[in-house]
Amino acid sequence: MEIKILGTGCSKCKTLEEITRKVVKDNGIDANITKIEDIVEIMKFNIMTTPALVVNEKVVSKGRIPSANEILQFLTR
Amino acid sequence: MKNNKTNIWLPVVFLPVWYLIYHFLQPVTNWLIDSVLGMTKGAHLTEAVRFFVFEFPKVMMLLTLIIFFVGIIRTYFTPERTRKALEGKKTFTGNVMASALGIITPFCSCSAIPLFLGFVESGVPLGVTFSFLIASPMINEVAVILLYGLFGWKVATIYVVTGLVIAIIAGWVIGLLKLEKWVEPWVYETHLGNNGEEDEKIAFGTRISLGYDAIKEIVGKVWIYVALGIAVGAGAHGYVPEDFMAALMGKSAWYSVPLSILIGIPLYSNAAGIVPIVSVLIEKGASLGTSLAFMMSVIGLSLPEMVILRKVLKLPLIFTFIGVVGIGIMIVGYLFNMIF
Repeated sequence: MEIKILGTGCSKCKTLEEITRKVVKDNGIDANITKIEDIVEIMKFNIMTTPALVVNEKVVSKGRIPSANEILQFLTR
Repeated sequence: MKNNKTNIWLPVVFLPVWYLIYHFLQPVTNWLIDSVLGMTKGAHLTEAVRFFVFEFPKVMMLLTLIIFFVGIIRTYFTPERTRKALEGKKTFTGNVMASALGIITPFCSCSAIPLFLGFVESGVPLGVTFSFLIASPMINEVAVILLYGLFGWKVATIYVVTGLVIAIIAGWVIGLLKLEKWVEPWVYETHLGNNGEEDEKIAFGTRISLGYDAIKEIVGKVWIYVALGIAVGAGAHGYVPEDFMAALMGKSAWYSVPLSILIGIPLYSNAAGIVPIVSVLIEKGASLGTSLAFMMSVIGLSLPEMVILRKVLKLPLIFTFIGVVGIGIMIVGYLFNMIF
């Protein structure tokens, strides 16, 4: 599974990355997590609010930090 | 989500409790200070303590309540929807809409760049985008609640209306000047993907928990500024002479308005910290127009936001932006000094 975290480096983006990594680790999910900070790359996903969470090239959440539970749902769907 | 039911019912239970506390805050404060603590009525210290003990919980309660509802309402106004509404709008109508939507659309300065790109590239005119960028930070719910709490609804309304007018006119003027050449060229070369178009579907229970999140996030961040600001206000209440600020920020000093704006630009504070300070300034002889201008400049023209925007805008455009908004604020300042 490909997970991408989009964010230009604000504190919320870091929090999202931490939570996501924790969820992946705690549930033994086989996933590759990358953080994308380049604004040109971020805009390819056509989002206007950061941070955003992308699972297998699909934007599943943007502009907020979903709870660990929600993230787990995104990843196991 | 399993807690959705309680989420919905909790506010219904809390609202009456909130109202009762709010309603009895003044008599309870007086009873605490005059009877329980037995402080001398009218003494400087007593009145300073009274001011703080009453104003701080009052403002915090207003903040909590309103931020909760604003947090819920905002889940319906995503930047994506705002953009859709603004696409291909004629200038002026577009400026009016963008400024109004700027008040309610959630936006933090760390999202300024993606938002700017997203707007400009999907065909929202530059001036209309600026109307949004001006209105959004300047007229925010924290500023309006604090103004209402410390000055009453008249000043709060004046602030919102003049802020809107500045955002509309400034964006419109920037549109007329045709400054697209001062936008960094890569902005127009970037291409939006087609990924984020569909809206997230959010259940009502989740919207309510987003309201709680907003309380946690905003109230958790600003309470310390509110406390500090009101403490300074309380301290100045009895101790600083009445017309201390009159010479510098009073009506008679013609230079007071532009000077306040200049001082305000590098000062960066959120509304929570600045409003209580402004209330002290006014109490100590600063005029309303000058104080409003100062506050708008501190919140609306912030140096950190300019630094972020420098990534997409060339310097002349940033200076034009500061100039146009600054002149708008100045007119408001002089106008209110004349009227009041």
